[in-house]
Amino acid sequence: MTDDIIRIHVEHPDGLVRTLEVPDGVQLSLMEVLKASEYDILATCGGMALCATCHISVIDGMDSLGERTDEELDMLDTLPNADENSRLSCQIQLNRDLDGLKIKVLENK
Amino acid sequence: MNTQPNIKTDICIVGAGPVGLFAVFEAGLLKMRCHLIDVLPQVGGQLSEIYPRKPIYDIPGYPAIDAQDLVDNLMEQIAPFKPTFTLGERVEELRRQADGSYYVLTNEGTVVHAQVIVIAGGLGCFEPRKPELPGLAEFEGKGVTYMVRNPDDYAGKRIVIAGGGDSALDWTNHLADIAAEVTLVHRSDSFRGAPDMADRVFQLAQAGRIRLLLQSNLNSVSGNGALREVVVKDKQNKLTSIQADALIPLFGLSPKLGPIANWGLNVQASAIAVDTLDYSTGVERIYAIGDINTYPGKLKLILCGFHEAALMAQSAFKYVYPDQRLSFKYTTVNGINEF
Repeated sequence: MTDDIIRIHVEHPDGLVRTLEVPDGVQLSLMEVLKASEYDILATCGGMALCATCHISVIDGMDSLGERTDEELDMLDTLPNADENSRLSCQIQLNRDLDGLKIKVLENK
Repeated sequence: MNTQPNIKTDICIVGAGPVGLFAVFEAGLLKMRCHLIDVLPQVGGQLSEIYPRKPIYDIPGYPAIDAQDLVDNLMEQIAPFKPTFTLGERVEELRRQADGSYYVLTNEGTVVHAQVIVIAGGLGCFEPRKPELPGLAEFEGKGVTYMVRNPDDYAGKRIVIAGGGDSALDWTNHLADIAAEVTLVHRSDSFRGAPDMADRVFQLAQAGRIRLLLQSNLNSVSGNGALREVVVKDKQNKLTSIQADALIPLFGLSPKLGPIANWGLNVQASAIAVDTLDYSTGVERIYAIGDINTYPGKLKLILCGFHEAALMAQSAFKYVYPDQRLSFKYTTVNGINEF
């Protein structure tokens, strides 16, 4: 079925999964969507890939996300808990391909 | 602890980012002197620390200005009012005095006596990012440290550095000549820091002067009062034990609200609630301006912080000059009367 809703599944620390439904066509990054959904994301730098406080782990759907830029890789390198599933959510622009993406929000210790 | 003030001022500004700096100007127009304290070793806050070379497009009068240039301009603009600075220290406590004024105490023992406190703390204190290891905190100061203050402290020591950025590479290079043993632990198998620095690290490893553990993460720490062992886990889950006197995790800085949360102010979601009449906090003589405050309609913009600084100064005047009436004057009429 095609519709104009993008569904993002967010796994919580207790294992529960919440599905966020975002209308296609909004000009938002995943960080902005998570913030608007009241996830505890600082996003200090406001989306410039400069602070690494919007760190997420991709559980399912990494292939739909496009390549990490050098700026994002540099920043991920500063995180003690980053691994190959790590992304900065501010660097992911919402689009149809993201429908069904499953992620986990990582705490900023 | 010695609580005799070693600095006396009219307004003590906590945070030397753009809004804290501009507050010096607005206070100076009203003949109020300012002292600024910031946990970072340089002024400019986020602008200098996180994005010095990013252009900002919404500063009135500047179609575009690099963040560091804005900081430099602000320093020039406030110079006539002779602000003084305590940098690299964190404000721990505000202590109210019998006459209503305050002592501001830092973690390094600096005590500032001020009539008014202005919190312009942005997102809080930038603090080192710490890896999540059980028991790590108990070795802080006993072998575990997040910044290198004096490299000579490591002479003859066995040290483990963790991280893959510029500072991890720099210190590995530097400490290889000083310490007895250096091990660098890095998550990936390549370094994204400065390529020539990375090359030097690989050369040092080949020459046997340092040990390089790539595709590895810190796994645990242990010791007896002081740090003695660091265990590292690689991608294949193989554990390697390293006998070590020091562990230096270098994973950059991240902002934390820090001690501000303990000052009895109305803190809501990491921000201080203020009255938009004058950006006062509800505690007499304490104001909060810039990204650190919150109120209905709050926008975290530098230009909003500048506005807040102007209104704060008008209100703070009554505490600094209780016997005088404030009359508002334009700089176009009066110019700048430097101290």
